[in-house]
This record gives sequence, structure tokens and C-alpha cells, in this order.
Amino acid sequence: MESLTNRKKVVSDKPMTLWEKIYIPAIVAGMVTTFKHMLRRRKTIKYPEETRVFAPVYRGQHVLKRDEQGRENCTACGLCAVACPAEAITMTSAERQKGEEHLYREEKYASSYEINMLRCIFCGLCEEACPKEAVFLTDRIVTTEFERDEFIYGKDKLVEAIDDRIDITKRQFTGKRTEK
Amino acid sequence: MDTAMLIEKSALVLLLFLISLGVAAYQTYFERKLAAWIQDRVGPDRAGPFGILQPIADGTKMFLKEDFIPAKADKWLFIIGPGISMFTALITSAVVPWGTNINLFGRDISLQVADFNIGILFVFGVVSIGVYGIMIGGWASNNKYSLYGAIRASSQMISYELAMGISAITIVMLSGSLSLNDIVKSQHGMNWNIFYQPVAFFIFFITSLAELNRAPFDLPECESELIGGYHTEYSSMKLGLYLFSEYTSMFVSSAIMAILFFGGYNFPGMDAFSGNTLAILSIAAFALKIFLFIFVIMWIRWTIPRFRFDQLMHLGWKVLIPVAIVNMLITGLVVAWNQGWM
Repeated sequence: MESLTNRKKVVSDKPMTLWEKIYIPAIVAGMVTTFKHMLRRRKTIKYPEETRVFAPVYRGQHVLKRDEQGRENCTACGLCAVACPAEAITMTSAERQKGEEHLYREEKYASSYEINMLRCIFCGLCEEACPKEAVFLTDRIVTTEFERDEFIYGKDKLVEAIDDRIDITKRQFTGKRTEK
Repeated sequence: MDTAMLIEKSALVLLLFLISLGVAAYQTYFERKLAAWIQDRVGPDRAGPFGILQPIADGTKMFLKEDFIPAKADKWLFIIGPGISMFTALITSAVVPWGTNINLFGRDISLQVADFNIGILFVFGVVSIGVYGIMIGGWASNNKYSLYGAIRASSQMISYELAMGISAITIVMLSGSLSLNDIVKSQHGMNWNIFYQPVAFFIFFITSLAELNRAPFDLPECESELIGGYHTEYSSMKLGLYLFSEYTSMFVSSAIMAILFFGGYNFPGMDAFSGNTLAILSIAAFALKIFLFIFVIMWIRWTIPRFRFDQLMHLGWKVLIPVAIVNMLITGLVVAWNQGWM
């Protein structure tokens, strides 16, 4: 058959010559190789002390963003839950009452918003579906737990704190929302 | 034998014992580091700076493990096995001349515990007993893998001891003495035996690897076929003793190779020094040679894959022994010619 990749090699089974039979040259060549490796720089990242730099598009634990005035962006439209292929997102919506304008950006908000981190496949489709720039994936890692129900993250873990904003500028989509 | 002699010999024995154990412990660390470097890894680096406390952590772990004896095992042989291994590994260092005489407290102290006039025979005898440790351990475990390991160890040692002995005889021919002290003294300065007997050294080195059960001759304990070989059933410090004895005998046989072929404690330009300076420098030179041998043995282990058993026997009986015999005959002829016997 014609070679498709040009990586085809013809295997030969000819008897070894005396030079090959005494093995010593081959062993010495092998030892030279291992010696070269001995002098090579290590590529190991010693994890607890130094961490690997994530790519800007790394998809880790989600965050629910607030706007500049500290109001939650999410309006509980449910598009992220619909987009989610793993069905990891559930939410309930509620109407904003008078006096809550400083908490929620629009008239409708999510009274509960849960992501099951065991179901989530970190595909980022929720982030893509969100029309309000509310949900983003960040470079944080979901921590390990001992119980399954501890992996269902509620608003207490997902919504960013007002005084401790999560930086998502590296992956912020631009031009989706006209008014800031 | 006067009291001072007794004290100095006892002190030397104790010191050698501690040094052998210390060196064996740090050989495990060095082996792991070297393996890591060859495989582009970092190796143990958690216990202390650069992981230098790793052997202590390993030893502590060994002591804290459950000491298990299988129900069907022969209890006493099972206990004696590792003891024999360790004993034979340590006792060989008694005849090694570690340096020139050192002068302490107005006494000229020889850095050799026992200057046997048949030192090299003593070494071979003890090494031959060493296989009993492995055989008894493997037999007493009452486990087929252990038994396979033991059988392999004994057949391998018997096959390779022949070639080893024959290649060592050439050195005895050259120096005209069986005493290790005389052999070292005959290689004064840079007059090392390796320049006269490269073939004998080569055979001796290969057979030493086989005697030590080191890769590529580590068939008695090959993990991929025999789980752990002769020490499959061993745990806790009994296993520790087996592993320790392997490293101790590696240390001692490196010393023997340095003595027989690389001039022992001799180093070029040693006539410029005398007294205690010479003694310390000679010890340092000897230690450096031992270190280089240990390094090469480990380097080989992490380079070459294990032999198949028939290849091992082929190499031992059909290659090394004939070459060693031819080498011995030629050496004998040359020695006889030089002595004027022909």
C-alpha cells in the first residue's frame, strides 16, 4: 500500500554483527544518554511552593459577578441552566422588592442559584449563554470535600464579595452589553 | 595482644560498623536521587533541605511497620536469613585497609582491623556465605516467589563466582600475595593494576554486579516477575536488613574493587606527604574511589534493563569464564617469563 504519512519503517531481522553482539558499545551509548539526562534542567514544578501558571482561558470554579455598585448581575433568566449540557445549574427566581435596589441590578433576581460541581464539566457554555455578564468561569480550583452535598455550591460560595472582587478581565467578553 | 591494641581495634570496629551503616543509609538516598536525575525528576526533597533526612525517615518507617511472619514459614530460619545477609555484608570490611597508618596518642595505628595473609580468600569465602542469607530467607518464607528468587540467587552466584575468582587470581599472580595489604602496597602511587589487567577488571566488575544482585543482574528480586523475589514475605526491619545488606555489600565490594584494581588508598604524588597528612589524604582518595564505583554501579542500574535468565547463564558460563581463563593463562605466562622460569 502507498504510504500515507511517510512514517512507515521497514523492519529488518538480519543477524547481529559481532560488534553488536558484544553489547558493550550499545551499553556505553545508553550510559552516555542517561548521563546527559542527569545534567539536564528539571522541569518539575514543586506544587505547594510553586504553582503552574494557568492559561488565560482556563475554566475553573464559577463566579457570579456584581456590577460596579455591588449589585448582582444575575436576573435568573435560566439561559445558563438551559445551555448546561451536564444539567448542573438550578435556580429559583424572585421579584425585587422596594428597598432592595442596592442589592440586585434588575427587577428580577435569583433567590437561589446552585451549581453542582460534581456534575459540572467546566465547558463554559453557561458563561457563553449569559446575556447579563453574570456568570464567569475563573482560574480558581474547586476544592476537595468529603461529602457529596458539599459540592453543590450555593450563592454563598458563588457570588463574589463586594470588598473582594474576582478578577475576570482576562476572559471578559466585550461588546455583549451596551450599557455598563 | 596488649590492652591498647584491643581498645584501638574495638574502636576501629565500632567506627567501621557505624560508617558502613551510615554509608548504606545514604546510598539509598543517593540511589533515589540519581534515579530521579536520570529520569528528569527531582527525587526526594521533602525531608529536610534537599531531602537529606530521607534515610532517617525511611529507617523510622521500617521500624514502625508490623513485623509479620507467615504462618507456614520456618520461624527460626526466617529470622536468621536477614541476619546472615547483614553479617556477611559487614564482616568483609574487616580486612579492607582503609588508609596508611595513622599516628594517634603516640601510637602507630593500622587502619585495617585484621591483616590476614589470606585476605582475598577471606573476602571470597564470606561473599560465598552471603548467598545463604538469601537462600535461607527464600526457603523459609514458604512462598513460591521467594523460592524462585532464592534458586536464582544461588545459581547466579555459583556461576559468577568462578569467573570472579579466576579474574582475581591474576591480581594475586601480579602482586605475589593474598594479603589485601600487600596487594595495595604493590600498587604504590599510580602503579595500579587496572593498567596491567583491564580485562580482569572488566570481568571482576561484571561479576561483582551479579554477586551484588544489582541490575542488570537483579533476577533474584525482580519485581516484574517475582514480586519481590526472596524478600517477598519479609516486612519491617527484616526487610530493612535485606535492603541494607545489599547496600552495605555494594559499599564493601566497591572498596574491594578499588583495592584490587585501582590502588586502594594509593594516589599519584603520595610520596610528597607523610605521617597523618598522608593518612588522611589516603583515606580521602580511597573514599573518592569507592564513591565513584558506587556511582557507576547505580548509573548502570538506571540505564540497562534486566537480563533474561538464559542470557545470564550464557554470559556467565560461555563468555566470562573462558575469557577469564585465557586472561589468567596469558598473565601466568608473562609472569613466568618475567621471573625467568621459562
